[in-house]
Amino acid sequence: MDFDLMITSFPKLLGATVVTLKLLSASLFFGLLLGLFFAILRLNKNIFINKFAYGYSYIFRGTPLLVQIFIIYFGLGQIEYLRTTFLWVILKEPYWCAIIAFTLNTGAYTSEILRSAFQTIKPGIIEAGKSLGISNKIIFYKIQIPIAIRQSLPAYGNEIILMMKGTSLASTVTLMDLTGVAKYIISTTFKPIEVFIVAGGIYLFMTFVIHNIIKYLEKKYSFQQ
Amino acid sequence: MELLAFGKTGWGDELFYATLMTIAVSITAMLVGFFFALIFTPLKLSKYKSLNLVGNFYTTVIRGVPELLVIYLFFFGGSGAIMYVASIFGYYEYIEINAFITGSMAIGIISGAYSTEVFRGAIQSIDKGQFEAAKVLGINKFGQFYKIILPQMLRLAIPNLSNVWQITLKDTSLISVTGLVEIMRQSYIAAGSTRDPLFFYSFAAVLYLMLTYMSMKLINKLEVRYSRGY
Repeated sequence: MDFDLMITSFPKLLGATVVTLKLLSASLFFGLLLGLFFAILRLNKNIFINKFAYGYSYIFRGTPLLVQIFIIYFGLGQIEYLRTTFLWVILKEPYWCAIIAFTLNTGAYTSEILRSAFQTIKPGIIEAGKSLGISNKIIFYKIQIPIAIRQSLPAYGNEIILMMKGTSLASTVTLMDLTGVAKYIISTTFKPIEVFIVAGGIYLFMTFVIHNIIKYLEKKYSFQQ
Repeated sequence: MELLAFGKTGWGDELFYATLMTIAVSITAMLVGFFFALIFTPLKLSKYKSLNLVGNFYTTVIRGVPELLVIYLFFFGGSGAIMYVASIFGYYEYIEINAFITGSMAIGIISGAYSTEVFRGAIQSIDKGQFEAAKVLGINKFGQFYKIILPQMLRLAIPNLSNVWQITLKDTSLISVTGLVEIMRQSYIAAGSTRDPLFFYSFAAVLYLMLTYMSMKLINKLEVRYSRGY
C-alpha cells in the first residue's frame, strides 16, 4: 500500500470531482426538463406523438451511453452542414457533447419514471379537482405535478446515482473528470488499487450524500408523517 | 452499404464477429455475476451481522462506483494481482491476462452486485410458510432450496434479472477501453480507418438495439414459462 500516493492524489482527484459534479448537475437539470416534456408527450392521446416519445425513450434506453457519446462527439462533426452553423460552437467542445449525450440519456429514463408516476395518480383526485371547478392547467401544475414528484422520487434517486456513475464516460472523450484523472494517475504510477480506493471513496461519498438527500425528500413529501 | 460488405472490402464480417463477441462477453459476465450472487446473497440474508456487513459492502461499493473505474482497476491491476499470487508459488515471469477474461470478470462482478440484490429481494418476498411447510414435510435442506424455494424465487426474479441482463449487455461496451474487439471497439477501428464515425457508431447503436430487443423477446418467453399456474 502506497499511502503517500493516496495522500498526494487526493487533492488532484478532488479537483476533478468538480468537473464530475458540473457535468452531473447540468445534465440532470436539462434531463429533467426533457424528461418532463417527453412524459407529457407519452400521455398524449395522439398515436404519432405517443409513438415518437416512446421511440425516443426506447432508443436511448436500449443502447449504451458510450455509443451515444461517440455518435454525438465523433459522429456529428462529420456532417459538413453542421460545421457551418452556430451549433458547431457547442458541438466541437467535448464538454458540451458530453452534457448533450447525458441529457438525452437521462431524459429518456426520466420520461419513463415520470410517465409511470403520472399514470399511477388516481383518477379520483383529478375528478375532485374538476368538480371543484379548477381549470385543467392548474390541476396539472398544482395537483398532478406535486403528486407525480412524490411518486417518482425513489426511482429518480436511483437515476441520479446511475447518472453520476454515467458521467465517468466523459473521460472517454478527453474530459478530465474524476475517472479521467484517476485513469491518468493509474497509468502513470501503475498503482491501480490505491487510486481506486481514493477515487471510489469519493464516488461512494457522493452516492451516500445523494441517497440521503432523496431519503429526506421522500420523508418530507410523503403522506404519513 | 458497401461499407458493410462481408469479406475484404467491407466491415460486415468484422462487425458480425464483434457482435458475437459482445454476446459471449455478456453471457460470461452474467454467469460470473450469478456465481458472485450465489456467494453474496446468503451472506446478505445471514443471521450474523458480520456476514451481512461483508455482503452489504460488496453491493454498496460496486453499485456506488462507476463501471469504468472498476474496469480500469481490473485492466491495470489484474495482471499485477495474478503475478503477485504467482510469485508466492515461485513463478516470476510476466503474466498477461487475456482481455476477454479481464473484461468478463470486471463486468461479472458489477452484474453480480445487481443480481445479488435481485435474489435477495426475491427470496425475501417468498412467504415464510413455504420454508416452514418444507421443513415440516421433512424435506432436507438441499431439496428445500432446489425444489421449493428456487422455482418460486425464479418466477419473482426473472423480470428484474432481465433488467440486470440489459445493464450487463450495455456495460460490455465499456470493455472496449481495454482493447477487446467487441461491437464498440470494432466500430472504433472501422470509424478510424474509413473516417466515417457517424455511420459506424450509428450502426453499433442499431446492433445494440437489436440485441436488447431480441433478448427482451426471449426473456418474455421465459417469464411465461415460469409463471405457469399463476
